[in-house]
Amino acid sequence: METTEGRAARVDVTEPAAALLRRLTAEHGPLMFHQSGGCCDGSAPMCYPAGEFRTGAADVHLGDLTVDGVAAPIPVWMSASQFEYWRHTHITIDVVPGRGAGFSLEAPEGVRFLTRSRLLTPGELAVLGDA
Amino acid sequence: MVRYMAPGEAGSVVTFLPRYDHFIGGEYVPPVKGRYFENPTPVTGRTFTVVARGTAEDVDSAVRAAEGAAAAWGRTSPTERAEVLNKIADRMQRHLEAIAVAESWENGKPVRETLVADIPLAIDHFRYFAGAIRAQEGSISQLDADTVAYHFHEPLGVVGQIIPWNFPILMAAWKLAPALAAGDTVVLKPAEQTPASIHVVLELIADLLPPGVVNVVNGFGAEAGKPLAQHRGVRKVAFTGETTTGRLIMQYASENIIPVTLELGGKSPNIFFRDVADARDAFYDKAQEGFAMFALNQGEVCTCPSRALIQSSIYSSFLADAIPRVKRIRQGHPLDTETMIGAQASNDQLEKILSYIDIGRAEGARVLTGGRRADLGGDLAGGYYVQPTVFEGDNKMRIFQEEIFGPVVSVTKFDEYDDAIKIANDSLYGLGAGVWTRDGNTAYRAGREIQAGRVWTNCYHVYPAHAAFGGYKQSGIGRENHAMMLDHYQQTKNVLVSYAPNAQGFF
Repeated sequence: METTEGRAARVDVTEPAAALLRRLTAEHGPLMFHQSGGCCDGSAPMCYPAGEFRTGAADVHLGDLTVDGVAAPIPVWMSASQFEYWRHTHITIDVVPGRGAGFSLEAPEGVRFLTRSRLLTPGELAVLGDA
Repeated sequence: MVRYMAPGEAGSVVTFLPRYDHFIGGEYVPPVKGRYFENPTPVTGRTFTVVARGTAEDVDSAVRAAEGAAAAWGRTSPTERAEVLNKIADRMQRHLEAIAVAESWENGKPVRETLVADIPLAIDHFRYFAGAIRAQEGSISQLDADTVAYHFHEPLGVVGQIIPWNFPILMAAWKLAPALAAGDTVVLKPAEQTPASIHVVLELIADLLPPGVVNVVNGFGAEAGKPLAQHRGVRKVAFTGETTTGRLIMQYASENIIPVTLELGGKSPNIFFRDVADARDAFYDKAQEGFAMFALNQGEVCTCPSRALIQSSIYSSFLADAIPRVKRIRQGHPLDTETMIGAQASNDQLEKILSYIDIGRAEGARVLTGGRRADLGGDLAGGYYVQPTVFEGDNKMRIFQEEIFGPVVSVTKFDEYDDAIKIANDSLYGLGAGVWTRDGNTAYRAGREIQAGRVWTNCYHVYPAHAAFGGYKQSGIGRENHAMMLDHYQQTKNVLVSYAPNAQGFF
């Protein structure tokens, strides 16, 4: 999401991923994401029923995904230590065909959420208080 | 050169069944909900078998089978268990070629690796733990003249093991061998990307194991992994994977107050000090090979040396020799014994690697070679191939900090020893590291100062059974391999005995 009228976000979602989130919400109820790091399916966004993964002081709430047709915003979390290396980037949650491991909810659908990244602009970083 | 026939073709050394059920209580059992999922080979992208899609009901029946077998298996003598492990090793040895081709076909890795590394190592781990359990001793502590503390090793009971897809058979062996040696029974969930090759092994060894001692439930993490990690009958969970799932498994384990071992990846630094270039000799050649090790197993190794740190005075010349070597890495059909790098394990893995190559470029890193998907054409056009890629950049970039799990190395330079250690330790992870130098003192100091569980010194990607493996920092908890691994699968029983004839005098 580009900066508009002083607003900026760290997270966004593509339309195919939003469509999948609508289906998963219908099946599992409210959802959440936690961005993973490390190993086999690491560096991938993990989608869980809201509250399944206990976040705490070691986590940062990057923002919420607003998906048409899904009442509750879908929060996106990341560990605080990992955030230190990611804070200059904007992430978009996309979906691709594939077979994720981990406990992410979409794996049985034959698809996998994927994080796509770009650099935040200086303007966005200023709005986010991170310049 | 040998080109093995693909499974399903006439003359293949291995045949996959058209369908795999769960293995529970010594027999193959269809999934309670009757569902199966397709298993494609990353070599061509085409499905070659279907596999049971397990759910909590299947996991429950597997845990019950394992509980039923636990008491008798736990009471067997170390000699008996060692004999079973040795027989498993012998059986695998006799069918090494078939197992190697099966794993290569399922995972996409070159058969050259499975023939000489993955499967021989898996076999050796069974032999190693057969020996280790026979040599294990408890201890006796004399507390005073009449009081003795005896320490016995006892099995935990049922353990849950969640296996990754990058070494479907070796990683299963890493977990199975010590657990079985320790006297535990196992419910194992293979990765959903590589659910079938372990069954090729299982078919060969099933008759050697009492029913219920090893149970395999296939399926997805959310549907089968979670109920296994949460099951109240499970006394320990071992997991190899990534950080978020590792944390989730710890959370589940906290519900039942059971231990976990977690192996969660890394971003391993591979440090080349200036003296490696003092001569253009065999050692220099070995160090150059050490640089290229990032491409081993398509980079799908948690210890992939994915950050190369090269001392500035040799930076240009070292890379000038290393890049052509990387370009010579032969990419091709995984079942061709000349192939050095095969296919990434899945399409999403391929996509993730490409997305990291994008962010690397966006952050200003320079591609020195590779940087694209590889189209090998013909039958392989649908497979998932990436060119070995070398980036040059800065350690703060995301490609230096995140595990890409592909054939991608991020290179930077350092001026002095202290800079090297600082950069090496500027990471969330601490699993592996490499140190290359002709100076023994430098090697020792660096080995001790790098915060990682395994520091390869003048070597890399060596995985003997008799060396402890595991992570510092966010790379995990606990160790695998080495006799000390037995402790991770055992309880300590202390029997404290007084041989004194008289009352203590309190009451």
